[in-house]
Amino acid sequence: MATILAVDDSTSMRQMVSFTLKGAGYDVREACDGSEALDIAKTQQFDLVLSDVNMPVMDGIQLVTELRKLGEYKFVPILMLTTESSGDTKMAGKKAGATGWIVKPFNPDQLLNTIKKVLG
Amino acid sequence: MNAAQLNNKDADSGHGTDDEQQYLTFIMAGEEYGVDILAVQEIRGWEPTTVIPNAPNYIKGVINLRGTIVPIMDLRSRFNLASVEYSPVTVVIILKIETERGERVMGIVVDAVSEVHAISDSDTQNSPDLIEDLNTEFIKGLVSIEDNMIILLDVNRLLTIDKQLLTLTSELASGLDSESTAEHEENKQ
Amino acid sequence: MSIDLSQFHQVFFEESFEGLDIMESNLLALNIAEVDSETINTIFRAAHSIKGGAGTFGFMQISGFTHVLETLLDEIRSGERDIEQEHIDMLLQCVDCLRGLMSDLQAGNEPDMAQADELKIHFEKVLANNSKNSTESENAGEPCVDDKSTSEQGRAGWIVHFIPCEDVLCTGNEPYRMFRELKDLAEAVNGSFEVECHRQSLPKFSEMHPEMCYLSWTIHIRADVELSDIEEIFEWVVDDCDIRYEPLSDSGSDTTVEAVPESLVPEGETSPPLHNNDAVNTDPKVSAAAEDNLKIDSREIDSCEIDRNEVKAKANASVKVTKKSTETTSIRVSIDKIDGLINMVGELVITQSMLGQLGQEFDMSRIQRLQEGLAQLEQNTRELQESVMKIRMLPISFAFSRFPRLVRDLSKQLSKEVDLEMIGENTELDKTVMEKIGDPLVHLVRNSLDHGLECPEERIRNGKTSVGKITLNAFHHGGSIVIEVKDDGAGLNKDRIRDKALEKGLITKDDNLTDGQIYDLIFQPGFSTADVVSDVSGRGVGMDVVKRNITELNGSIEVSSIPGEGSIFSIRLPLTLAILDGQLVKVGNEIYIFPLVSIVESIQLEKSMLNNITGSQYVMQLRNDYVPIICLQDIFNIKTARQDLEGAMLVVVEGDNGKVGVVVDELLGQQQVVIKSLEKNYQKVDSISGATILGDGTVALILDVSGLNTRTSDKKNDSHIHAA
Repeated sequence: MATILAVDDSTSMRQMVSFTLKGAGYDVREACDGSEALDIAKTQQFDLVLSDVNMPVMDGIQLVTELRKLGEYKFVPILMLTTESSGDTKMAGKKAGATGWIVKPFNPDQLLNTIKKVLG
Repeated sequence: MNAAQLNNKDADSGHGTDDEQQYLTFIMAGEEYGVDILAVQEIRGWEPTTVIPNAPNYIKGVINLRGTIVPIMDLRSRFNLASVEYSPVTVVIILKIETERGERVMGIVVDAVSEVHAISDSDTQNSPDLIEDLNTEFIKGLVSIEDNMIILLDVNRLLTIDKQLLTLTSELASGLDSESTAEHEENKQ
Repeated sequence: MSIDLSQFHQVFFEESFEGLDIMESNLLALNIAEVDSETINTIFRAAHSIKGGAGTFGFMQISGFTHVLETLLDEIRSGERDIEQEHIDMLLQCVDCLRGLMSDLQAGNEPDMAQADELKIHFEKVLANNSKNSTESENAGEPCVDDKSTSEQGRAGWIVHFIPCEDVLCTGNEPYRMFRELKDLAEAVNGSFEVECHRQSLPKFSEMHPEMCYLSWTIHIRADVELSDIEEIFEWVVDDCDIRYEPLSDSGSDTTVEAVPESLVPEGETSPPLHNNDAVNTDPKVSAAAEDNLKIDSREIDSCEIDRNEVKAKANASVKVTKKSTETTSIRVSIDKIDGLINMVGELVITQSMLGQLGQEFDMSRIQRLQEGLAQLEQNTRELQESVMKIRMLPISFAFSRFPRLVRDLSKQLSKEVDLEMIGENTELDKTVMEKIGDPLVHLVRNSLDHGLECPEERIRNGKTSVGKITLNAFHHGGSIVIEVKDDGAGLNKDRIRDKALEKGLITKDDNLTDGQIYDLIFQPGFSTADVVSDVSGRGVGMDVVKRNITELNGSIEVSSIPGEGSIFSIRLPLTLAILDGQLVKVGNEIYIFPLVSIVESIQLEKSMLNNITGSQYVMQLRNDYVPIICLQDIFNIKTARQDLEGAMLVVVEGDNGKVGVVVDELLGQQQVVIKSLEKNYQKVDSISGATILGDGTVALILDVSGLNTRTSDKKNDSHIHAA
């Protein structure tokens, strides 16, 4: 089954995402900010990265930028979890190389549907 | 055993349902007593206790039960029966009940464990009202099995030592013989 | 698949409360003159997380309310708005309000939205009048009109012209995924699907970059599907790819629906457009997104309305059910501490297997190895115990964090100028102690502000700066933590305390008291020197309660004061409630334990030291004090071989009511003991604070020194009565 890296500074969101994905059979690892995610991503290849945007230490946009610099993550889908109502964050995410976004609030089913589409 | 089950049993007991309950019976001074088996956590041999200062005489002290401090009650003295020397066969039944303050564990010292009976509530009779002493409040009912009378005990009441009762009983127990008990009780009030 | 989201609620509440604390402390730290962007970011992030979580976990009231403050914060963060004091005040009010709402929700009650709604309206007003703010206006118009009319035409299907940007793959957007989705979409309604690939843009092989995408496609979807469903599939790439949709009609009409404004994509151009459409945000997709948000907002507002009605209905029935919070407290532990524990358990396992092996083939020649092994086991156990205890330890900043806000609000209320300094915030303290020390500390800080510090005019008159200073200082001292609450105010007024105590009958005129004894009077029940009872420090209930709470934690409080220079209240607390340094003593066959901190000294008794007053009561002169003597064997009714006091050991302990000498048979060793509850399965026992388990597995009781002490004062009263 596909491996997913879930990045969010909010424990409850991270738990919810991780629980949902694990329930669907994905292999999930969690990170609570961009820099932790980057460290983990360097030690293990993931099939998909799911990241919050607003995080301390390293935010989601920076994370995407850094991940895309790594050869292993050049083409890996990276989805942003965003609550931004304005398009600015989405734009910034896209510019940095994010594949797409999932708008919060979302429910587990919406999350799974999107992930399934991306991973096939 | 779990608390919900226990509570259900207690709730049911007044309504005479036909559900059978299992009781562990034990012998004390020739009589057979029964306690709800769901309240029995384990059965142990007697071991020396640490005495609690100024406790009523039926509280023999506390023991360490795998890290928990558990008080041990001598049921003979609780029921004002003549006390006997503890021997290697003296048995401690560890009882556990659920109270609003949480779980409560206590051991009772009895002469010997007898057996397990399935008893339905409808076979149980209330204890005769003539026995007018403190012990009746611990008695849930009486039941006959093969011509033997078994006294069923209410474990919840047995383990709930409320303070007033404690002081009362300790005063009663200290140096008073059983004849003057009732009289003394009146004086107290 | 349905997932019960309520399992995450507790975590959500906990982190939201943490988030609110973070917002509060950062708001208080904000300096309007010089706004630190990281501080604003931190506040924004906290609000943002709460909003996101609340939306996800179904607390629409919270997310709706948080949205307005998030918007304001976002404007400040992005520089669209300058922060004003009013904003900080409002945001702080929101923090309080959110705390209330969260607590209600956590307890399973419907929150009262009245205050939140009021604040929200206030926010919306503030948000509405920003000259800088014109981009955020949500007049998304009606972008779907076109869509609707076109979708009417599209019953036969759609043609999609998809010319991806060259680096589409580098964003992880695989065109194949979109085709797959389009195919699923078409086949779901029994339609068909064709893809035509255009290779004309392929460069020469030598010029080809392997990561770039040079292909473009035309997709024919022969199915009755909505354009919006197709658009959704391309949602993530619409901004940097050229996508055009045209309805596929049987008549062959070729009305082209432009997804991207004409000006940007010259008709018929085959080469992919460059990234020049980044600058434009007005394509239908973004408007549609804006409209989605509008929809959500109105839904949130609806739900708020419903809640308010529910609340009203409840109020009408005049039944306000307050369910008791069923929270299970949890604790956050740093990975370091866990890793440390795991290491130690590892060592313990090694020692255990070593000892196990030794036991299997043991003979006396190996006794030394056995001893070594046991010593190692002891060390492992001790380290493990310390580490486990450390898990319960939290930095005292958890208790301190509320003070900046408290001091700020109080000083405003009292028209005093106060500078709060907090030192030693990283000093660690047991979680349980932390929870219980909060209220006493609040009381002391309030007291210092209210009674300790003078008003600015008075300070200036006395040659001080107008700004008073309160210092909270925490540090470890021996096995205790000391917390000081210090002010540079007027100091305690000895004469007034004395007069008050006389008036209340706490002392008599003839009592010759030291300064320390006079100061200690403020801890007596019912004592208050405030001329005017203010709603800050309250009435009468005060220092005695503080003292009692601290004593319950096995701690102590002292006050020292210099007139005109200020006062220091110092609280001394044990680091943990779970472990105690004990002195073991023997009486008869029983072993009892004194808390080591309470012991003043231990002496071998000689009859000549004792004076007999009223028959059975002995006292002993110990330097300047007369110390009452009690025999444990008497008060506990223990049989012991010892007949009189000569040669017995006397342990002098100090509790709440002063010193008392306790006669025991023998002093045994000192050791750390783990405190176990006696009350849980039994009940409270006079003069006993708990029990513990000794090395041999037996139970020993821990003495409650203050309890022993009241026993002697009771006895004194009794003997008075008997004498009379």
